[in-house]
Amino acid sequence: MNKYVQIENAQMIFETKNGKFVALKDINLLIDQGEFVSIIGHSGCGKSTLLNLVAGLIDPSGGALFCAGREIAGPGPDRAVVFQNHSLLPWLSCFDNVYLAVERVFGGKEPKANLKKRATEALELVGLGHAIHKMPHEISGGMKQRVGIARALSMQPKVLLLDEHFGALDALTRAHLQDELLRIVTSLGSTAIMVTHDVDEAVLLSDRIVMMTNGPSATIGEILDVKLPRPRDRLALAEDRDYVHLRGEVLKFLYERHKKKEAA
Amino acid sequence: MSVVSIKKNISGDEIPMPASSVKEQPMKQPQEMATTKTASEKATVQRIKAVTEFFVRRVMPSVLGVVLFLVIWALLAKQSGELPGPDKTWASAVELFSDPFYDNGPNDKGIGWNILSSLERVGIGFGLAALIGIPLGFVIGRFAFFSGMASPIISLLRPVSPLAWLPIGLLVLKEAQPAAIWVIFISSIWPMIINTAVGVTKVPQDYMNVARVLNLSEWKIFTRILFPAVLPYMMTGVRLSIGVAWLVIVAAEMLTGGMGIGFWVWDEWNNLNVEHIIIAIFIVGIVGLLLEQGLLLLAKRFEY
Repeated sequence: MNKYVQIENAQMIFETKNGKFVALKDINLLIDQGEFVSIIGHSGCGKSTLLNLVAGLIDPSGGALFCAGREIAGPGPDRAVVFQNHSLLPWLSCFDNVYLAVERVFGGKEPKANLKKRATEALELVGLGHAIHKMPHEISGGMKQRVGIARALSMQPKVLLLDEHFGALDALTRAHLQDELLRIVTSLGSTAIMVTHDVDEAVLLSDRIVMMTNGPSATIGEILDVKLPRPRDRLALAEDRDYVHLRGEVLKFLYERHKKKEAA
Repeated sequence: MSVVSIKKNISGDEIPMPASSVKEQPMKQPQEMATTKTASEKATVQRIKAVTEFFVRRVMPSVLGVVLFLVIWALLAKQSGELPGPDKTWASAVELFSDPFYDNGPNDKGIGWNILSSLERVGIGFGLAALIGIPLGFVIGRFAFFSGMASPIISLLRPVSPLAWLPIGLLVLKEAQPAAIWVIFISSIWPMIINTAVGVTKVPQDYMNVARVLNLSEWKIFTRILFPAVLPYMMTGVRLSIGVAWLVIVAAEMLTGGMGIGFWVWDEWNNLNVEHIIIAIFIVGIVGLLLEQGLLLLAKRFEY
């Protein structure tokens, strides 16, 4: 294990009107370079909070997080986030949205033509070569999410952070984009952390699935190794014994051992 | 079987056909011709219907309102005997606008000069206010420290009546002309500061998170995220400001004198030319409306 991403005793406490709210505690996780890890759990279990900690968008109340040997202090382009609601800037074209990121990371180091090439290539990678100069409001939700992924990938991040990035899409579009993401991640060998509540998505894409207990004071319940060979194929896996078993394991964790309390 | 009845059968529509058009139909292929003719006529009828509906729903109420206003005005004028009615005012306006740009020395110039002079004052005062107010709004919105610094002053000064600033202007600037501009400036700056600042705080957190993840420089955050996101709010502020500026100009000019629509009103009052005062009221209203509509049009271009 080369401990590319390292989370040690991370703890997150929010100050609320009703006093302290412990969202996360005792989180310990090591992630290898090139590993695809998903975090799954019921809503409110703090999985997005955990992702935000790695992104550096929030600071932990206790413990420490490291990325590539350095302590995480604040957000940075080495940990690119694909946001839940795509977060494209509506006044910039798809190309300009990606270019903004490329320019930030590679600007000053490479000539302009190179930067443009990078942005174009990133959009082509997600299958949007034809819509480069469209504005975000002219394209569908699935396409927007692709631009979001292209923007993140264009920065060549050390870690790709995906925050329920397909949550707002319909099932068919989501399946299609999952396949696409599977292809891209396999070909690039990216290290990725994905927050999801979709069991199939987690099993299909991940090398390991981190299953969270319910909040408050949520922590890692179990970690499931997904030793399915890559490249993976959705249709072939649908009836694969291992796949069905793994899927069942996740479901059992979520609905037997850590069933969501009815209050929420 | 007549052509008319074929039409009815095909289209299933009850459009009455004018007799003349029926006669003009060549009888070779009556069925085919009838179909196309009906379709185009159907479209025409629909268009007429749409236009009529537009008039009934949109234009009629406005026309009715204006007519009612004129009637009440005419009745009041007749009652009082001193207030000129719409007819007299109209005649006077026609005369006035037949030569809007004459120049008989400093105290007797055409109405066009007076309007332009007022617009110039508003333009300078409002322009300076925008130049200072908008950047100030950005700073106040972006940095909580400056917001804390500025908000008590803004809350205190904003409700002050615009004309209360005039003596200060006269004292400091010594002259009437810059003092009037000062009044426009100080009264039109607040909506721009406040709306811009509010706009900055309303920028979606998602966009700011993008900025944080990308580690954008403050300049890039401003040009790529803050400015475009705040633009609609800013335009609202600008629109409110120009409204205030135009509102204040008449009063300011009445007090400072010189040239301009406000001074002209006062001058005509001294001449007891009431028709001209009423005309001035309409001019102020119409110019204000045009300014507002122009800015609305401009603001529409910045919506996403």
